[in-house]
Amino acid sequence: MELRKEYFADERKDDLKEIGQPRLRSDALGHVTGTTTFFADRNLPGLLHLKMVRSPHHHARIRAIDLSEAGRHPGVVRILTADDVPHNVYTILTLIQVGPEDETVLATDKVRWKGEAIVAILADSERAAHEAAERVKVDYEVLPAVLSIDEALAPGAPIVNEYHGQNYYRYDSGESRKVRFGDVEAGFAGADHILEQTYGSGPIEHAPTETTGCIVVPEGSGRYTCYTNTQAMFFTLDNTSIILQMDGAKLHMVGGTVGGGFGGKVDVIVEPIAILGAKLTGRPVSFIYSREEEMQISSPRAAEKLVIKDGVMRDGRIVARYVKAYIDAGAYSRHSPYGAQKSAAHFPGPYTVPNVWVDSHCVYTNRTPSSAMRGFGVTIGDFALEVQMDKLARLVGMDPLEFRFVNAYRDGDMKAHRQPTEGAALIECMQEAARASNWPVSEKYLQMSSARREG
Amino acid sequence: MKKVPVQFTLNGEDKAEFVESGATLLKALREKIGDTSVKAGCQQGTCGSCAVIVDGELRLSCLTLAERCDGAAIETTGGLAHGEVLHPLQRAFNEGFATQCGFCTPGMIMAAKALLDGNPQPSREDVVEAISGNICRCTGYEPIIQAILAAARANSLSAA
Repeated sequence: MELRKEYFADERKDDLKEIGQPRLRSDALGHVTGTTTFFADRNLPGLLHLKMVRSPHHHARIRAIDLSEAGRHPGVVRILTADDVPHNVYTILTLIQVGPEDETVLATDKVRWKGEAIVAILADSERAAHEAAERVKVDYEVLPAVLSIDEALAPGAPIVNEYHGQNYYRYDSGESRKVRFGDVEAGFAGADHILEQTYGSGPIEHAPTETTGCIVVPEGSGRYTCYTNTQAMFFTLDNTSIILQMDGAKLHMVGGTVGGGFGGKVDVIVEPIAILGAKLTGRPVSFIYSREEEMQISSPRAAEKLVIKDGVMRDGRIVARYVKAYIDAGAYSRHSPYGAQKSAAHFPGPYTVPNVWVDSHCVYTNRTPSSAMRGFGVTIGDFALEVQMDKLARLVGMDPLEFRFVNAYRDGDMKAHRQPTEGAALIECMQEAARASNWPVSEKYLQMSSARREG
Repeated sequence: MKKVPVQFTLNGEDKAEFVESGATLLKALREKIGDTSVKAGCQQGTCGSCAVIVDGELRLSCLTLAERCDGAAIETTGGLAHGEVLHPLQRAFNEGFATQCGFCTPGMIMAAKALLDGNPQPSREDVVEAISGNICRCTGYEPIIQAILAAARANSLSAA
């Protein structure tokens, strides 16, 4: 593809040493020779294998846990329950003052999603750990579950997470993150057309080829070396320190080599319990998700529901945009309150709309906790927005690309969340896209610039 | 658990081990022999990360019993380079940006080698078919396909 250098020519430097030059990846030689060391590429004498006993129910009270048969199973070295975890109720984003703590490392009185961890088996072999896990008897009282955003927010819905008290996250701004700009009702009143549509998405699993896991080695120094494929070394270090009530100096996280992450390895799930296992047994511990666990247990991208209502003029100008966004956090917060906040800030998209109203809600359901994934809180919103843009263009009889030129944000425009637009390049990207794809666009749009408005 | 003696060559070197009856070749290579170039991605035959070559044929080591490999010649990506001299496939993957996270790479290279060993000048369709059992979640496959075709061209040049 031809590199068009006329765009932003005055901002370009062509004498840079590295930018614009092909450079081999520093890690690729290890990859192609099979010598890159991933966390699991270690054989340690005395290694224990950790296997989780997980809830088969979406929502249930735990009446009793019987470990007697599992404890007698050959090869079992130790069984961990909630009582063994020093600070069992935690939330990852407590590090940036997002609370309350709302999730258990190991379940105590309740499970809130199918797959929730209850008991950790440590055994000499993977096989012994699996067999013992099947011998743990948990007495459940199954509770009614909410499995969608609409069910969660319906009047009288069962409460998913008592640490919140209602099935949504309560921000300092109230039941949602809010953006208020201009007068959206006046905008609708003056619009030639109004279009309201609802968009939905399901959870999406990252499916990295390397599953989530870690191997922990108790060192003679009293420290614990944790070989991990986390994408968030310091989140892991600090949250583990909190959960285990252990000085951070005793925790040595070794990582940085991740066999595919895409956001799926930013939660702090495997490390604290594996380090606890190493502490209580004095032996190295391996906790590696099976492929089934990776697909079912690791947090996916959140399901979302988006209601978008737009007022548009016959000449193509969008004069009002109203968005109700709902992000399905699953049973626990993890990174979703932040995702819903990003979602609010992202609307109304890369378009200049004078009247904007956004409510973005983080909703709790009895589903697998969702968390980070490439542009979480934003990507699904963009899907919905751009489908909506096509529908609006059809409504006013305009070409969909020309419709976007009319509404594109440009330098100096005030965005709905009160950040002035700087360094916009949407116009230029669309001009180049039109040229590259031979999409016919009226000459006046090809003369537009992000740097200034015409006339 | 009953132990079974197994002897095979790995990248031309003699190996002898006692493995648990029923143990996979994947486990034997990684945990007994210490060849961690073979990756455990799914351990259910769906991702191709553990692919190796057994007696000239591409095999998923997670679905192959170690005890069935007695007397076999096994090749892995860990044995492909000669010192610092890379195999043409390794060179092409490196220079063609065909790796990102690198986890699928050893299995992908084995699938490609099995192809080129039997079909030195494959078509693009042949390449796509040959790596159809190997999942890559980073690259979108195109750089991998291009790297394999580049390695085939390099082979034909060096043969000429």
